[in-house]
Amino acid sequence: MAAVLQIDDLHKSFHVGFIPRRREILKGITLAVSQGSIFGYLGPNGAGKTTTLKCVLGLIFPDKGSIRLFDHPHLSLRAKERIGYLPENPYFYDYLTAEEFLNFYGQLFGLKGRLKAEKIDRLLARVGLERARHLQLRKFSRGMLQRIGLAQALINDPDFLLLDEPLGGLDPLGRKEIRDIIVQLKQEGKTVFLCSHILQDIEMICDRVAIIVGGRIISQGALPELISEKILFAEVTVSGLAPSDLEGMGEILSTRGDKILLKIFREEDVDGLVARVQQNKGRIHSLVPRTETLEDLFVEMVKQG
Amino acid sequence: MKIRTIALNTLKEAIRDRILYLLFFFAAVSLISSRVLALLTVGDRVKIIKDVGLASISIFGMLMAILIGTGLVYKEIDKKTIFTLLSKPIERWEFLVGKFFGLVLTLFIMITLMTLIFLVILFLHSFRVEGRLLLAVLFIFIELILITAVAILFSCFSTPILSSIFSLSFYVIGHLSWGLEPLIRRVRPGVARSALQVLYTLLPDLENFNFKTEVVHGLTIEPRFFIYSAFYGLVYTVFVLFLAVLIFKKRDFI
Repeated sequence: MAAVLQIDDLHKSFHVGFIPRRREILKGITLAVSQGSIFGYLGPNGAGKTTTLKCVLGLIFPDKGSIRLFDHPHLSLRAKERIGYLPENPYFYDYLTAEEFLNFYGQLFGLKGRLKAEKIDRLLARVGLERARHLQLRKFSRGMLQRIGLAQALINDPDFLLLDEPLGGLDPLGRKEIRDIIVQLKQEGKTVFLCSHILQDIEMICDRVAIIVGGRIISQGALPELISEKILFAEVTVSGLAPSDLEGMGEILSTRGDKILLKIFREEDVDGLVARVQQNKGRIHSLVPRTETLEDLFVEMVKQG
Repeated sequence: MKIRTIALNTLKEAIRDRILYLLFFFAAVSLISSRVLALLTVGDRVKIIKDVGLASISIFGMLMAILIGTGLVYKEIDKKTIFTLLSKPIERWEFLVGKFFGLVLTLFIMITLMTLIFLVILFLHSFRVEGRLLLAVLFIFIELILITAVAILFSCFSTPILSSIFSLSFYVIGHLSWGLEPLIRRVRPGVARSALQVLYTLLPDLENFNFKTEVVHGLTIEPRFFIYSAFYGLVYTVFVLFLAVLIFKKRDFI
């Protein structure tokens, strides 16, 4: 499938301090985002995620490397007509009302009259801000700003969306709603590039991920390829046994009343535990296997990086 | 179309800025006080009203251009609103030119309002209105267009306070640089004279736009002066905007 975004060997450095010293932020980023996918871009603070995005959007100029959007140079207006961008912290014109704000961005894309009005209505409904239509943005909460930000990113019906922390500052319900919108966008055939710290969300909706640490991508690929299906450990809650009966079976995490929470590291030990519980006429209340999560992978990668 | 959209948004931003109303209030007070000053003066009272009136329009117009102009681009960068804007299909020069026209439009409205107040005060005093006064106001406006371009140029790379100081210095130097001309004539031909001539060419001469004295005192002005001044204003403004675009085009928005 054709790459919507292709970044090759991207380098960027800044000069910082009173006596300027060169600080390399991006040290050769190479990645490709294929059409119709949700691509998660992960990394700790200061890893270079936002710098990569700013290079793609033409807000800063790379020292070296190439960026192509829809096979056009990334600074071409033809490429920019097909993208939508939501910045990390919602920085918008706070003197405008929600409607004026979308109107302004609609005009930049040449939208006019009824078509523009209908689009604004649809977008306000989609992000749940119909009631705030005539409210100035300075009176918006952080979550509302995030929603109106998403609406402006969608004003041109873009094929490619670049979302920087779209779920930050939202309550659990709001997070679910925005996550659903992102999944819907994918179903509509759009491609999404998602920077986020909220790993559960990335894991839930992304097809591919790239992990950036210290300006370098240290791991990238499809999620199932990166995260093994292997069971890391199992958490078992048992009752009717004394802690001494469970010696050698695993690590006792807690005891509450009669119930003991036990962590078992080897799959084969589970059978042994079941036999011992039956032998002592005890009960198994729960058995939860834990496979590797994106968070485990992320933590491991960051430590290695 | 995109320049127009940005210009209209800039106008919206400026007219929702409290500083504009504060300046307009003081301009109105200053214009009205010209009538009081006229009462206290011996001589031609109408001339005093015209003098103070035109000076008020010029000074408050300049303050509006500098105080709003220096913040316009800087605020976009500082508040990071420029991130979203430049991710849209607009060129950086379109953004800057849009901002410039937005502020010019704001100043046009403000100058028109101040001129209306001025003409009403004058009419109440002398029961007549002179068309020539509008000519003086027109050249004040042309000067303000140049000041706006200068404020935007400084705003591209420095903070509003520094930009205001630089722009104000440009204004003051611009109104004093004509003093170099008689000096050049007095100095003997040589290195010093050539250096002064280069300096005089480089420095702005904002007195080119000052027709206040001629208008107030009813002196005749040759049309070629108007043409020269308008052309000077246009060329200088385009040059300053070009510089601003060059700087802005290469900037990283961190």
